[in-house]
Amino acid sequence: MATLLVLVTVAAALLLVPPAIGSLAGGGDGNQLKGLQVMVPNSPGGGYDVTARAAASAAEGAGVTGAVEVFNLPGAGGTVGLRRLVNDEGDARLLMSMGLGVVGSVYSNDSPVTLRQTTPIARLTEETEILVVPADSPYRDLPQLLAAWRANPAALPVGGGSSIGGPDHLAPMLTAKGAGIDPKAVNYVPYDGGGDLLAAVLGGKVALGVSGLGEFSDQIASGDLRVLAVTAGARVPGVDAPTLREAGVDVEFTNWRGIVAPPGLTPEQRIELVAAADSLHASPEWRAALDRNDWQDAYLPGDAFGAFLAAEDERVAGVLRELGLA
Amino acid sequence: MNDFGLLDGFANALTPTHLLFAAIGVLLGTAIGVLPGIGPAMAVALLLPVTYAFEPTGAFIMFAGIYFGAMFGGSTTSILLNTPGESASVMAAVEGNPMAKQGRGAQALATAAIGHFVGGMVGVTGLVLVAPLIASVAVDIGAPDYFAIMVLAFVAVTGVLGASRVRGFAALVLGLTIGLVGLDPISGQPRMTFGVPQLADGIDVVIVAVGLFAVGEALWVAAHLRRKPTEVIPVGRPWLSRDDVRRAWKPWFRGPFIGFTFGSIPAGGAEMSTFMAYVTERRLSKNRKDFGKGAIEGLAAPESAASASSAGTLATMLTLGLPTTAIAAIMLAAFQQFGIQPGPLLFEREPALVWTLIASLFIGLVMLLALNLPLAPMWAKLLRIPRPYLYAGILFFACVGAYAVSGSPVDLVVLLAIGGIGFLMRRFGLPVLPAIIGVILGPDAELQLRRALQIADGDVTTLLSTPLSITVYTVIVLLFVIPLVLRRRRPVEPAREDELV
Repeated sequence: MATLLVLVTVAAALLLVPPAIGSLAGGGDGNQLKGLQVMVPNSPGGGYDVTARAAASAAEGAGVTGAVEVFNLPGAGGTVGLRRLVNDEGDARLLMSMGLGVVGSVYSNDSPVTLRQTTPIARLTEETEILVVPADSPYRDLPQLLAAWRANPAALPVGGGSSIGGPDHLAPMLTAKGAGIDPKAVNYVPYDGGGDLLAAVLGGKVALGVSGLGEFSDQIASGDLRVLAVTAGARVPGVDAPTLREAGVDVEFTNWRGIVAPPGLTPEQRIELVAAADSLHASPEWRAALDRNDWQDAYLPGDAFGAFLAAEDERVAGVLRELGLA
Repeated sequence: MNDFGLLDGFANALTPTHLLFAAIGVLLGTAIGVLPGIGPAMAVALLLPVTYAFEPTGAFIMFAGIYFGAMFGGSTTSILLNTPGESASVMAAVEGNPMAKQGRGAQALATAAIGHFVGGMVGVTGLVLVAPLIASVAVDIGAPDYFAIMVLAFVAVTGVLGASRVRGFAALVLGLTIGLVGLDPISGQPRMTFGVPQLADGIDVVIVAVGLFAVGEALWVAAHLRRKPTEVIPVGRPWLSRDDVRRAWKPWFRGPFIGFTFGSIPAGGAEMSTFMAYVTERRLSKNRKDFGKGAIEGLAAPESAASASSAGTLATMLTLGLPTTAIAAIMLAAFQQFGIQPGPLLFEREPALVWTLIASLFIGLVMLLALNLPLAPMWAKLLRIPRPYLYAGILFFACVGAYAVSGSPVDLVVLLAIGGIGFLMRRFGLPVLPAIIGVILGPDAELQLRRALQIADGDVTTLLSTPLSITVYTVIVLLFVIPLVLRRRRPVEPAREDELV
């Protein structure tokens, strides 16, 4: 029994070490945001989680904030967390890590609260989506693929790593629409994340795969996958593929991530949070985090992010409405 | 660079720093496995930011230790308290808990620990020998093949329905119904969520298993405690008898082959591995009548399959960059944090890291066996706690575990509701196991069937379009036909009903 207790104690001590390290970092000079909490609306290890934890540790390290508590409240594509955020009206010490996926989830989950109710703080990063085919695919470039797609959309299964309303679903729908194909006719097959999708694309189970660039970069480098187009507005270094616009489809699309705050903040509170985001963005710690994770900086603070968020919301709602999902 | 092999890996893994990382990993993993609610995936995700400061090899040795350690530790609560903490250890409760109740808790824990050790060893050897091969096969398996395997699994379920077929099927349908809750996997429409957003992601199989096994039983015991004298569960001898070893060694070695295969394919994972290993043993065993009452074979095989499936998962992740389970996805993210991309080029680019990691898996397994075998009799002493306190403790841990999964009170309500169902199932004699299997298999089968049909644009013949699917359906037909033919040849000897399945 004694050994057992020792084991449990040692384990508990080890489990408690990470938070202790977190709270030691930072130090204090009086000008920091204290007691900040960041809610992650998906599970540990997910995209919003990694972003939130990297941003929190960069903010602590740069002395922008005191110790930041990052916690997870996953569920229903982020709308469970969104509900909590909107409910905590006026709380100027709570932020939520979010991104394009939450915009779609609000519609696909028929959420009673929306992102328009939140206070936009900043967009932080973005990643281009890619249209890929396996190396032995008959489609050499985007026009060839589009020709086959137009001829018979149902016979060209498109695989994506996100559920309905997520980035990998919206990207092919917008591409199809831009190329004159009825989005309703697109045969979209959802997979459970990039890994599950990768097997289906490599094995030729789907004719076209749509995913974020990061998840497939090694298979692209090794030549197992061919990128037909990137969805971002500009070409991506290291990827030998045109943008959708260069390939003749007038669509620009990226999967972005940012932070929002609860509704009902005073202008001063809002300015304080946006200023903290500005300092975070300017810090070398955040720069290092961007490099380490291979994230594209896409900083857009305050009102500009609010306008962008409203435009994205409109665009996503438009696509989903056309599909009969919103 | 390229001639860095397994032996160099051992030399590298046996340095004091790497041994320390392995020791921390297996210790943490065992603790995480024992504690309800914290799975290995969550633990690795939370530790990830701390490991930036380490060199990658050490961090991955630790992560792998956590992964395998959680497999070892996870069966402890399953066996002793009927409260599985991870989906991989759900099947351990089925035979392990009855063994514990008969005073064979220490033997059950030892069987599980040795099973994990053997499974891990065979699995990691498989990782060394056939990783590239199995990984390339994994890509060729598509939705029609998965669906065929699911059909085979459903046919196998009929073997665990229990004495009354009607009750067994009722329980299975109950499980399938619980599996329907959540967003439709293809169209994204909510089903049976009753407007509760927390139900949109479905009900976790761990919550169902803990609810049906632990909460249901605690309620049942509470309802009958006054009528029965409160006796303390005996603890018994800590050693495996010669008969135990004779019955368990074949399952120990059979389980890993099932586990490694299912672990390495997407849509396999630990649940499918442990379940298939269990039904295989049930079919092959001479002691079939003992199943459900603490058959050691039914514990040995799924446990060794669980650890082997971890090795299979690692094989696919390292060679293809293809994560087949949640923890593999997080480890993949961890590799990317360190600027390393697992995949076809990993063995060429980072041979030192890969071989050191693989060597440390062997070392970690030895550590885990050395840690868990002596602990078995000590854990088993938990059962000396008088029943009212023991079940109060079980209820407490069940609730903590359910709440800790996502910090949502709704999960607690769901747990208690399912616990109530578990109580009623005991009251009306419905077996619990088919319900849990329904929750495991139902959503997967539905997803694969609909995905296959969608890719083929609604053409039903796609289900029979691949060599693997045809093979699996042939096996299913043979399983049905052979017993019928055998029975017709020897009409004198009446066939036992449970042999017909």
